[in-house]
Amino acid sequence: MEGTMQTETKIRAESGIESGPRGPSCSLRHFACEQNLLSRPDGSASFLQGDTSVLAGVYGPAEVKVSKEIFNKATLEVTLRPKIGLPGVAEKSRERLIRNTCEAVVLGALHPRTSITVVLQVVSDAGSLLACCLNAACMALVDAGVPMRALFCGVTCALDSDGTLLLDPTAKQEKEARAVLTFALDSVERKLLMSTTKGLYSDAELQQCLAAAQAASQHVFRFYRESLQRRYSKS
Amino acid sequence: MAAGFKTVEPLEYYRRFLKENCRPDGRELGEFRTTTVNIGSIGTADGSSLVKLGNTTVICGIKAEFGAPPTDAPDKGYIVPNVDLSPLCSWRFRSGPPGEEAQVASQFIADVIENSQVIQKEDLCISPGKLAWVLYCDLICLNHDGNILDACTFALLAALKNVQLPEVTINEETALAEVNLKKKSYLNIRTHPVATSFAVFDDTLLIVDPTEEEENLATGTLTVVMDEEGKLCCLHKPGGSGLTGAKLQDCMSRAVTRHKEVKKLMDEVFKSMKPK
Repeated sequence: MEGTMQTETKIRAESGIESGPRGPSCSLRHFACEQNLLSRPDGSASFLQGDTSVLAGVYGPAEVKVSKEIFNKATLEVTLRPKIGLPGVAEKSRERLIRNTCEAVVLGALHPRTSITVVLQVVSDAGSLLACCLNAACMALVDAGVPMRALFCGVTCALDSDGTLLLDPTAKQEKEARAVLTFALDSVERKLLMSTTKGLYSDAELQQCLAAAQAASQHVFRFYRESLQRRYSKS
Repeated sequence: MAAGFKTVEPLEYYRRFLKENCRPDGRELGEFRTTTVNIGSIGTADGSSLVKLGNTTVICGIKAEFGAPPTDAPDKGYIVPNVDLSPLCSWRFRSGPPGEEAQVASQFIADVIENSQVIQKEDLCISPGKLAWVLYCDLICLNHDGNILDACTFALLAALKNVQLPEVTINEETALAEVNLKKKSYLNIRTHPVATSFAVFDDTLLIVDPTEEEENLATGTLTVVMDEEGKLCCLHKPGGSGLTGAKLQDCMSRAVTRHKEVKKLMDEVFKSMKPK
């Protein structure tokens, strides 16, 4: 069995096609991913975005409790544990978002009456936490060999008071921003799978953020592809 | 015979209707159910409202109590929303601690309040660092027939407009609060966030205001919360099938029209209320 594969990439997107004096500054933080680092779960991954780090483990397809089983597809469960304290209502809300995103891409029909459990542990939070959780969950699902119809990635956009767009904001930038939007996009057609937002923004700004997120997701997907290629080419 | 087909193949049954651009209850794809609102029916609460969206019924009661302001924001009060989905409203819920759907709905309402700034928390402060109002907003679902989030948002907004807080002065000598129940004032409602929910069918078709059956058959849901200037407070899309930017644009325009309908309804109701 191969040991842990570490892939690091410095991604700095080109500073956008300037559509006006306020062009988006598309620069994602340095990200890295490590797969297969835990021995007990069927799949595991650790995703780092700047200083934000999330560890994900996937168990499945495994046995499911009769009360929770679905006759024609797999039951997906997501548990998100914060760095400090007990999981609360906010964690439940995020778990629902991640679970529904995974349900949209995982081919549950191939494993009926089984359960696929994704456990996420926040290791450090320095902004863009939900996006990092989504990326870690995707990499862990791939590591576990769960069949999926597409990959997905999470991208966070922040809008500050004069309307400038910031991708992948740090915790400080998120606090000072007027609005923070997190999107989950799929890899096939860059469609919007999940979105959750904080703050006030206009319709035009939403479309602008979505376009910037779609452009940035290309880099994340390229990173996924390269890291997996590197991992499987050696074995 | 149609009932038998509906039990065996619910999705196919629905598709037959969707092909004709309508739904089994006779609505168009972009049509909301009849919305009714009743204000101030709970005498013991400081503000209350009852909203019915077709069969979905949500009642909101707001109680105001005293509390110490948070140490990191001594000039702010609290608004604490709680959505209660009890076994009364649907067979899916069991009694006991709040289930996942109730917690997600509570978090959603808390986010809407926070994002839209419907009330400035500074307005709830009585004496900085010492005393502030805590508004406990309890949203209880009496009948769950889909589209809980829209009904809860509307009920909360109507109840907040109905809340009357008595005047409070701090007695200099005793440092105790004196409440003047005869002098009450309404809250300063700054924006009117209105939620519009959609269900996605077969990855392509969008229908507005889904019933519970439609929610179960849908492949995804989307809720847009808009205020009167067309600004978005919340775009809540918890997974489900993907949407393109163009489809999102259609949703926005439908949300704008819905906002106008709801605002008109609320203005009518409040105008017709006799002043206390």
